[in-house]
Amino acid sequence: MSLLRRSTLLRNGLLALCGLGIMLAVTEGLSDYRNTQLANIAVTVCAVAGLTVLTGLSGQISLGNGAFMFVGAYTVGLLLMHNPGTNNGELVLVLAASALVAAVAGGLVGVAAARLRGPYLAGITLALALGLPALPEYSHFQGKLGGHAGLNFLAPNPPGGMNFFRWQAWVCLIGAVVTLFLLANLSRSRVGRAFRAVRDDEISASLAGLSVARVQILAFTVSAACAGLAGGLFAVINGNVLPSGFPISLSLSLLAAAVFGGLGTLSGAVYGSIIVTLLPQWSYDLAHAFSMPDRVQLNLPQAVYGAGLILGMLLFPLGIQGGVRRIWALGRNALRTKPAGN
Amino acid sequence: MTSGLVLDNVVTTYGAVRALDGVSLDVADGKITAVLGANGAGKTTLLRTVNGLVRPAAGSIRFGGHDLLATPVERIVTLGIAHVPEGRGVITELTVEENLRLGALWRSDRRRETVNGLATVYEMFPPLAERRDRAADTLSGGERQMLAIGRALMSRPSLLLLDEPSLGLAPRITAQIMATLRRLSAEDGLTVVLVEQNARSALSVADSAVILNLGRVVASGAADDLAGDEQLRHAYLGF
Amino acid sequence: MTFLNLVISGAANGVVYAAVALALVLIWRSTGILNFAQGGMLMFTTFIAWDLVHLHGANYWVGLVVALLAGLVLGAVVERVLIRPIEGGPPINPVIVTLGLLLLLEAVAGMIWGSGVSSFAPEFSLNDYHVGHQLILFSPDYLFIVLAVLGVMVALYVLFQHTPIGLRMRASAFNPEVARLLGVRVGRLLTLGWGLAAMVGALAGVLIAGTQPGYINPNAFDGLLILGFTAAVVGGLDSPLGALAGGLLVGVIQQLLDNYVSIDLDSFYTFVVLLVVLMLRPSGLFSRTAVRRV
Ligand SMILES: Nc1ncnc2c1ncn2[C@@H]1O[C@H](COP(=O)(O)OP(=O)(O)OP(=O)(O)O)[C@@H](O)[C@H]1O
Ligand SMILES: [Mg+2]
Repeated sequence: MSLLRRSTLLRNGLLALCGLGIMLAVTEGLSDYRNTQLANIAVTVCAVAGLTVLTGLSGQISLGNGAFMFVGAYTVGLLLMHNPGTNNGELVLVLAASALVAAVAGGLVGVAAARLRGPYLAGITLALALGLPALPEYSHFQGKLGGHAGLNFLAPNPPGGMNFFRWQAWVCLIGAVVTLFLLANLSRSRVGRAFRAVRDDEISASLAGLSVARVQILAFTVSAACAGLAGGLFAVINGNVLPSGFPISLSLSLLAAAVFGGLGTLSGAVYGSIIVTLLPQWSYDLAHAFSMPDRVQLNLPQAVYGAGLILGMLLFPLGIQGGVRRIWALGRNALRTKPAGN
Repeated sequence: MTSGLVLDNVVTTYGAVRALDGVSLDVADGKITAVLGANGAGKTTLLRTVNGLVRPAAGSIRFGGHDLLATPVERIVTLGIAHVPEGRGVITELTVEENLRLGALWRSDRRRETVNGLATVYEMFPPLAERRDRAADTLSGGERQMLAIGRALMSRPSLLLLDEPSLGLAPRITAQIMATLRRLSAEDGLTVVLVEQNARSALSVADSAVILNLGRVVASGAADDLAGDEQLRHAYLGF
Repeated sequence: MTFLNLVISGAANGVVYAAVALALVLIWRSTGILNFAQGGMLMFTTFIAWDLVHLHGANYWVGLVVALLAGLVLGAVVERVLIRPIEGGPPINPVIVTLGLLLLLEAVAGMIWGSGVSSFAPEFSLNDYHVGHQLILFSPDYLFIVLAVLGVMVALYVLFQHTPIGLRMRASAFNPEVARLLGVRVGRLLTLGWGLAAMVGALAGVLIAGTQPGYINPNAFDGLLILGFTAAVVGGLDSPLGALAGGLLVGVIQQLLDNYVSIDLDSFYTFVVLLVVLMLRPSGLFSRTAVRRV
């Protein structure tokens, strides 16, 4: 027991294993449709968790994590297209490659990002989100990257005749849990403390001997790796990738999810991802219930992301979790001071 | 006269810090009142509370029949109160003349007032006249102080609040500025509240003075009496 | 001659980027906020003009004026309702709020006008001029664009530099506290500043919408926002003249790359140009503050 308490690694590991076990068991009873939803949530969790660590812990903003998803997705797309018959064991390597390639891209952008602050950083990452997905359309790359039509490929077959949708959910859940496990340990570690130190006060962090630039580049790399893995998983469950699959609104919806859940918290990344992933379905249901025209229904989720980002900032400047925590603290203080007052 | 500035039991807090802790003050009309005290005594807070930049937790502040606590910051100047902020507060991105124009911009008769005011200020501070089209960030410390005072005078105030005008200035320039204040008070009947670290030079021009310590008035009276009270001088003024 | 032509047509495009840059600069200068919603705001006002002209048969000029007024109102409302409450908070908050507004405006436009593409017919001809037998990549419509943007810039210059209200606006932007002590109603002037900025943006939107058939749809202006941002950064982000210079430069570079490399990479170039500028001179190529900061 005391060993558990001391070793966060062990505790997080056990927690991750338990969570994974429960979720994998749950997929058994779910419909194909629900399993697909679960897979999509898990994909979003990977990307949002990476973003929330970047923005919430290290204090840098990125509006370009959709671009790193693009990198991861095309990495997986190319590898699977050129290696038909990839098995499930090799898929692990393929997904690792998607995270790795995106990490390299993230590191490169991070070098630039480390010199930039606030709105400059936001602007250039937004430019990245818009510019990078244009690459496949370049005539010289079209042969390799498939141009407008994107890449089509076959994902490995489920092992042992397992249900295809359940298998998808498994792959993505494992990816998400591994991501959360690694990030949770990272944020408790020396590196996580360095992230926070740089976020809170760059000058005192550098006086304390931290290389601010190196810490920020590392944060960008980690965040991009998570986004890359998310993109890779996204490619695996879709069987194709398209340049148009990575619009600016994708990057912004990741930000929305991170903000909804409370920037900087991994559990918040999970809540936020659930909201953002299920929103289109809810809006579809709502639109049907009120027989709204298609164009309203199609745009409703994005309207909610937008309104949610705005309201979130106006009502809870520290994120929803921050807000909840504040209300909680207020309530506790009220309870505590009452007896004293009487 | 009841038209002057009257503070009654003003309490101003920043979180847990009580920067003003029950300050009452009756500023004599047409006279110079010095407000003295160590760093952190609450002098700046006193001025900022008068002009509404911070709102007190308790107490009242009246000026010529107006309740200042019910007056927005932007209206304070229209009541005849001008402020020379700590660290001078000239707008460095604007030219000297633009800074001065701003002083009279709120007036309905601003065309005439601006022309007259500029002439008066340039006469009072010739270095400003030579530099009228330069950006204010090219001015020296003393010139900036002249500009800040000149700009305050452009609004033709009846009450002038100055926050440490001698800060960082050579003794000769400080003396010049003090002499200017003396003259404005004597000739135009301007009421001056002069916040100073430099107690000796402030007491030399002031009619009366109050000494703040930790947000409370610990002494007040005629300037000469306070300057003569050796114990007070040692305890609070350090000379 | 082709090269000269590319420079001419690039500069003509750049004038529009300059207008967007100016809209960003005006707000940045007065509030330290980068208005990421600007692309969405000018998209929305352009749709309003398009709706009037193409669905309700209004005159082009009526559409243009209504778009400008809509921009003025939209900018002012955004400042009052969304920006004012988050003043003084963490600097990331306005970034998120303006991005939220961008998403919201694009979604609402999609709800009202659909997500397909529409065309906004220009008032003047898009046929290029000829000098003798030589084609010049410049048309009456672009002449109008250049004149309109430059006209607005001159008007704003006069407003800011030579009127009492302009002096008040600058004072509130540079030092709000001192401005308030001098009787300036800073809050109102910030609202006005946002309104004026959004009006300039609205002008850019209507102007560029006419330059290509099928230009407008709710997301069509994302690229314009990035181009305007790049132009503003090139110009130092706080200088209106820098915005103009930055816009022209970005327009010309874009046109040259489109022509000599490939037009497919258009939005990628913007990223590269922005990256290069930010790496070499983070405070812009023309900024006066660069000197001060060093
Ligand atoms: N914005 C603020 N937030 C919190 N505390 C403040 C703030 N401004 C002043 N204080 C505190 O209030 C007290 C009075 O400060 P004030 O600036 O009025 O002092 P002062 O007499 O003007 O000092 P000095 O001579 O150094 O200018 C100090 O303890 C100061 O730390
Ligand atoms: Mg002070």
